[in-house]
Amino acid sequence: MSSTSERQTPSRDLAFLAKSQLLTSEEVDRALTRMAHEIVEHNAHLDELRLIGLQTGGVAFAQRIASILSDIVGANVTSAFLDVSFYRDDLNRNPMPKSAATTIDRDLTDQSVVLVDDVLFTGRTIRAALNALSDWGRPRTVQLAVMVDRGHRELPIRADYVGKNLPTSREEAIRATLDGVWIGAREPK
Amino acid sequence: MIETLRGQNLLTLDGVSRQALVEVLDTAESFVEVNRRTIKKVPALKGRVVASLFFEESTRTRLSFETAAKRLSADVLSLAVASSSVKKGESLRDTIATIDALGIDAVVLRHQSSGAALQVSRYVPHVRVINAGDGLHQHPTQGLLDAFTVRQVLSERAGTNGVESGAALFEGLRVLIVGDVRHSRVARSDVAAYAALGCEVRVAAPGTLLPTDVENWPVKVVDDFDDALEWADVVGLLRLQRERGSGSFVPSLAEFTATFGLTIERARRLRPTTIVMHPGPMNRGVEIDSRVADLPCAMIGRQVTNGVPIRMAVLYLSVVGSLEGAR
Repeated sequence: MSSTSERQTPSRDLAFLAKSQLLTSEEVDRALTRMAHEIVEHNAHLDELRLIGLQTGGVAFAQRIASILSDIVGANVTSAFLDVSFYRDDLNRNPMPKSAATTIDRDLTDQSVVLVDDVLFTGRTIRAALNALSDWGRPRTVQLAVMVDRGHRELPIRADYVGKNLPTSREEAIRATLDGVWIGAREPK
Repeated sequence: MIETLRGQNLLTLDGVSRQALVEVLDTAESFVEVNRRTIKKVPALKGRVVASLFFEESTRTRLSFETAAKRLSADVLSLAVASSSVKKGESLRDTIATIDALGIDAVVLRHQSSGAALQVSRYVPHVRVINAGDGLHQHPTQGLLDAFTVRQVLSERAGTNGVESGAALFEGLRVLIVGDVRHSRVARSDVAAYAALGCEVRVAAPGTLLPTDVENWPVKVVDDFDDALEWADVVGLLRLQRERGSGSFVPSLAEFTATFGLTIERARRLRPTTIVMHPGPMNRGVEIDSRVADLPCAMIGRQVTNGVPIRMAVLYLSVVGSLEGAR
């Protein structure tokens, strides 16, 4: 849980200190249900849909959206995970992220990929994910679903499905999990 | 104590902490997945240069280091010593200086002299040095890949995965290292890794092939190979290093095989769960019977396969870790 928004901030050796809760777990789940319906609306061929959660914060959201989608369409929708550590452009600037499992087990050529992450901030994680995806073939489309869009993009990247738009300052920190969304600050551990 | 390999040279496994070892094994776990992909490459070391300097012959170590560097998108400078100026008498220092002048981020060094890697790390402090075997001293990546292979096999049996198991599967694991311990850098690295990870390590060898300082090792020396085989969960065989004169340390190869070789008769008496390892190249018929090498308990092929992800992990941690805050 503590790792969810750590990738968003310059230093990963800081702990998250919550100031106030912005969404409850029920509100998070309602937002994810709405996003799942939007995904169904925008993707005619759900059998070609591939949900990919970004390690580590996006994993729980991808799994939850997959389970909601399964209920909506009455078929089993699965999710895979992608770790973008080795594709980051800030490997030599930030403390190295701890690598985690990638579980994409098939070619993504001609599939509709939905990347799922917890917080969209600078967009650099998504840029790394787009580079990584090209190693698995040529998806027909790549869409992006995020629980929280907090602004401050450094790259021309936008989300297709957003749980909640939260205007923030750069100094603030966001933690988004299935249990809720908090705004807070970074404190040295 | 070395607590992490990030940004560090890898010269020895002596004094590397359990936490640092587990970090390498866990990172290698991610690279196993990369090696299963159709496109077996990640851009982590794009634009970095890794020089591979092998002053001693090698098949698997050299190939697996160069494969590892290439799969991390690094450029590889490979020096074939036999056709280089080393043959004209160029010193190690001058050779390193020449390569350094070309601009390198890491050097992978195999050398016949113990301590060569440490020496090179003093010549070029701004370059990460990875020891790929120095004389009788250490072969750290072999120790790491042996530990990785053991963890992989045990975690598969336990129905878990390597990262989840951490170092737990090594706790109290009974490891027997047998053969030419005296001349073996693999034994020195293996013992350091297994001991740091919490294993109970024993060595079995003819008295002449025991290192003179073995009492300082974190091991127990045993005389009866057959008893030890019954005791062991993991049997690590070592090559009888005839090029280092090991042949003259034993009365005859046949006698060595009879007393300390893993013959097919001995292999048949092993417990079904015992893992047999050999770093290669094997002297089939000397320390290991040819038929034993092909039994399912022998992990020799798996050790070679695991060489690539382990060396990717080492290069990644060592080189990328050193660039932290560089800009």
